[in-house]
Amino acid sequence: MTEHLLDIRVERKTFAATTVLNNIHLQLLPRETVSLLGPSGCGKSTLLRIVAGLEKDFQGELRSRAGEVAFVFQEPRLMPWLTVEQNIGFSADNHYDKAWVAQLIEEVGLGGFDQTLPKALSGGMAQRVAIARGLYSRPQVLLLDEPFSAVDAFTRMKLQDLLLQLAERHAIALLLVTHDVDEALYLSDRVLVMDNRPSSIRQELAVELAHPRDRRDPLLAQLKALSLTELQRAHVI
Amino acid sequence: MSSKTKNLPAHLALPAPRRLNNAWRLRLKALALPALIILVLEIVVRVGWLPSYQMPAPSDIALTLRDLAEGALWKHISASLLRVLLGFAIGASLALVFAAWVGLSREAEAWLEPTFAGLRSIPSLAWVPLLLLWLGIDETSKIVLIAIGAFFPVYLNGVAAIRNIDRKLVEVGQMYGFSHRRLVQRILLPAALPGLFTGLRSGMSLAWMFLVAAELIAATKGLGYLLSDGRETSRPDIVLAAIIVLALLGKLSDGLLASLEKRFLAWRDTFNGHSAED
Repeated sequence: MTEHLLDIRVERKTFAATTVLNNIHLQLLPRETVSLLGPSGCGKSTLLRIVAGLEKDFQGELRSRAGEVAFVFQEPRLMPWLTVEQNIGFSADNHYDKAWVAQLIEEVGLGGFDQTLPKALSGGMAQRVAIARGLYSRPQVLLLDEPFSAVDAFTRMKLQDLLLQLAERHAIALLLVTHDVDEALYLSDRVLVMDNRPSSIRQELAVELAHPRDRRDPLLAQLKALSLTELQRAHVI
Repeated sequence: MSSKTKNLPAHLALPAPRRLNNAWRLRLKALALPALIILVLEIVVRVGWLPSYQMPAPSDIALTLRDLAEGALWKHISASLLRVLLGFAIGASLALVFAAWVGLSREAEAWLEPTFAGLRSIPSLAWVPLLLLWLGIDETSKIVLIAIGAFFPVYLNGVAAIRNIDRKLVEVGQMYGFSHRRLVQRILLPAALPGLFTGLRSGMSLAWMFLVAAELIAATKGLGYLLSDGRETSRPDIVLAAIIVLALLGKLSDGLLASLEKRFLAWRDTFNGHSAED
C-alpha cells in the first residue's frame, strides 16, 4: 500500500454555533493532485487552513508525512517593499539561496524581473511570484486556495499549465481549493465535490486522463456534467 | 511570459535632457506665484498704497535679513534649531515606542489608550503655565512643550499605521511560523512605515509651531524672541524676516524627512496626481 502524504479526518469544525465541516476524510498521495470543488463559503478554505496547520481548533486528526507544506493564497500577497527576488526568498529573511531563487524565477517565466517591485507586475505575474515563493521551501505538498480566481481566463489557463509543469518537475502533491469546475477537472487526479454547509465530501470523481491533457477532451466534458449534476443536487447551484 | 506585460514607469524610460528640462519647468512653475506676490507688494509699497511702517517693501526685508545675518541671526537660528531638534527627538521617539506598544498589543491598548486619548484632548498650549511653574522659564520647559507637541501626531499616526496593516500580509508570516519579533521586523515595521512617516512629518511641523509659542512667551534668544522683539520695537521688517527664516527652516526640515520618505518608500504604488500632459 502506498504511504499517504496527508491523512486528515475532520469530525467537526465549528465557528461559534455554525458547523462548517462535518465528517470529512481526505487523503493525499505523493505527487497526486486533488481538488476540493464547492461554492464559496462552504468551508473548503477552512479545510485547507486545517491542513496547513493555520487552524488548530477542530475535532479530528491531521496526520502528515510531508516534510514541507507550502501555501499559495487567493491573492499574491507579495510584500510590496521587496523585489521579486526578495519576495521569493521571503521565508529565509535576507540570506536566501540566490541560485535557487534565480532558478525559480526562470521556471515561472519571469526571467529579467528579479529586481522588479510588485507594483510593476500584472496580476498574473504577481501570482507567478507567489507560486515561486511557495516552491522556495522545496515542499512536498503545495496547498492552493483558489489561486487563479483573480486573474483573467487566458492567464488562468497559462498558470494552470505552469502549475502542473512545476508540480511534475519538483514531484509535488497539490491540494487545490476551487469553485471552477473546469479548473478542478483539468488539473486533478481526483476531484472531491463538497456539499453545502455543513460541508462534507459528497462525491469523489477520479479523472483518469494522462497529462498533458486536452481541455476539449470529451471525458472532461462528461465529468463536468456529472459534477454539475451533483452540485445541483447539493443545492449549490 | 504573462499575457499582460506592464511597461516600466514612463519617467524611467525618458531620455535625460527632457527630464532635466521638465525638472526646471516644474521649478519655474513653483516660483511663479511667490515671485508675483513679491513684485506686487514691492510696487504697492513703493507707490505708497501701503504705509511702509506697517508693510515694509520686500527689498527692505531683504536688507534687514542681510543686516541680521551679519549679526545676531545665527545665534537665534541655532538656539531655535537646537530646541526643535531636541524636543522633536524626545517627543517623537517616545511616541514611536508607545505607538508600537499600543499598536501591537491589545492589552497595552486597553491600559494606555484611554489615558492618551484624555491627554490628547487637552490643547497642548494649556500646558504652558504649568510647565513654567514646574520647570521655570529656561530651556527645559520649552523643550518639554515642543516634545508634547510632537508626541501626539507621531503617536496617533503610528498606532493607525500599525492597525491598518493588511491582515493578509501578516498571515503570510504566520504561515511561515514567524516568531513575534520576526513578524515585526519583516512585515509589521515595513508595512507601517508610510504611516510612520506621515506622523513624523506632522510631528515636525507641530514642533516648529510649539517652538514659536514657547519662545514668544519667554525667551531671550531664538526666532520666536526675534518675532516679539520686532513687535515691541515696531519693526515689521524684523517680524517678517523672522517669519521668512522660520518658513525656510520648516521647509528644510520637512524636505529632509520627505526625501527620506521618498527613499524608503519608493515601493509604494500610489497615485501621483495627473500631469498637465494627460
